[in-house]
Amino acid sequence: MLDRTFGPLLEINDLHAWYGESHILHGATLNVNAGEVVTLLGRNGAGKTTTMKSVMGIVGKRTGSVKFEGRELINLPSDAIARAGLAFCPEERGIFASLDVEENLMLPPQVRPGGLTREQIFELFPNLRERLKSQGTKLSGGEQQMLAIGRILRTGARLLLLDEPTEGLAPVIIQQIGNTIRKLKEQGFTILLVEQNFRFASTVADRYYIMEHGKIVEQFANSELNKKLETLHEYLGV
Amino acid sequence: MDINLPALFGQLLIGLINGSFYALLSLGLAVIFGMLNIINFAHGAQYMMGAFAAYFLLQYAGLNYWWALILAPVIVGGIGIVIERAFLQWLYKLDHLYGLLLTFGLALIIQGLFRQQYGSSGLPYQIPPQLTGVRDLGFTFLPNYRAWVVCFSLAVCLGTWYMIEKTRLGAYLRAATENPTLVRAFGINVPRMITLTYGFGVGLAALAGVMAAPIYAVNPTMGADIIIVVFAVVVIGGMGSIMGAIVTGFGLGVVEGLTKYFFPEASNTVIFVIMVIVLVTRPAGLFGRVA
Ligand SMILES: Nc1ncnc2c1ncn2[C@@H]1O[C@H](COP(=O)(O)OP(=O)(O)OP(=O)(O)O)[C@@H](O)[C@H]1O
Ligand SMILES: [Mg+2]
Repeated sequence: MLDRTFGPLLEINDLHAWYGESHILHGATLNVNAGEVVTLLGRNGAGKTTTMKSVMGIVGKRTGSVKFEGRELINLPSDAIARAGLAFCPEERGIFASLDVEENLMLPPQVRPGGLTREQIFELFPNLRERLKSQGTKLSGGEQQMLAIGRILRTGARLLLLDEPTEGLAPVIIQQIGNTIRKLKEQGFTILLVEQNFRFASTVADRYYIMEHGKIVEQFANSELNKKLETLHEYLGV
Repeated sequence: MDINLPALFGQLLIGLINGSFYALLSLGLAVIFGMLNIINFAHGAQYMMGAFAAYFLLQYAGLNYWWALILAPVIVGGIGIVIERAFLQWLYKLDHLYGLLLTFGLALIIQGLFRQQYGSSGLPYQIPPQLTGVRDLGFTFLPNYRAWVVCFSLAVCLGTWYMIEKTRLGAYLRAATENPTLVRAFGINVPRMITLTYGFGVGLAALAGVMAAPIYAVNPTMGADIIIVVFAVVVIGGMGSIMGAIVTGFGLGVVEGLTKYFFPEASNTVIFVIMVIVLVTRPAGLFGRVA
């Protein structure tokens, strides 16, 4: 299923991005290997969300290189990027108010064969099954997050970009999302995760990157975590 | 007051006919506005082009009303698609006003060209032979063609509503209305969807034009006459609500008809009076979502 002849599944090189006149990313470089969970850490405003949006092609202007399975994406429009096999779960969740839960769940089209079935998604998130006919935005914050993750599992995308999936959620829900991420990893999904919640990230991540002012300033594996606590403290104040 | 049933029914029927056109046209405007964020002032001109398309198809290709019902929306919708690609696509990030001005200009140009070519006296268009004649309802006579217009418009309106509110394609449209960027990042070609939506909305106007041809004759100014009322209907119903456009369109047609019976002097202004009242008391319109 995963072809490793390409090197890293996602290869981001010297990525720059702008919102209008403001230059936000200043040459970010990072890789995600197939099957990994990689976490991007950084203070508020460091450019983590912008990095994800740049990968998905929804930032006004971007330069540099974003390769997925060896294929250059930097000049593609975002619909073509999605069809290459990436899926994005935005920080604000992006549940549609004019769609019911089922419509929200079924909205993203299949981009490849091999996505989870509805049943598999309901096994991960049983709450959703009970609420199929509710308006999407009538769900609780946690349920909306489950819906936002659930709907991108159907599409067959193998790389998931999850932007702060635990933001504002209760500890028990955070735990459930952590379990889900581990299960997805077991099933062969590759995940690039943005997190502020370092404690949560450390329960799921294989590797970390730290971003500051639109650049990657540090990277380390989960096994080096204890050695790096000082650095982390310095960059994140945790 | 004595109620003259045949006269009342006659006005009610005229109201329903007008309402059919109001509903079809305001539905097209609502669909376009929802997706493109553009107030399509060329809608009246496109309605007129639909009627002319029916006329041309008959004159030059020998294709009758039933063909026109299919082909005119396709042809005029196709012209709409060219307009969207050539002009409108550059305006989406700007204020509504720019789209309104551009389509208003287009409407004037289109209307001017047709008037130059065909004058402003109407060209006749016959009722299709299958729908001539009247039905005797006992208390009044119902012309078959008018019954057809009301039923067919209603069917088209409800079909469009169903497509938008109940199908998967409609879910794409609703989602893209809310957050086009995210829908596109799911892999859906949103720009193409926007283009086709404009073509569809324009096609609805053209369809109304074909249906109007046997009733009002084919006239370069027919669109300009009706579009002002339709905009009032849209303001009353609230921009962007599909069912709102349909209900308000038919409803106001009927109100207009009833006014013609009970208080004829006000029949031309009643819709605008209602518009003022709605604007003052409920600025988002009867069915509009408050922004
Ligand atoms: N749409 C926008 N227009 C202009 N500037 C923006 C826009 N979105 C973000 N920015 C700016 O870009 C910088 C990086 O923002 P980004 O959202 O990528 O940060 P982040 O690391 O995700 O922060 P957080 O942890 O708060 O989500 C910030 O300074 C922010 O103010
Ligand atoms: Mg962010």
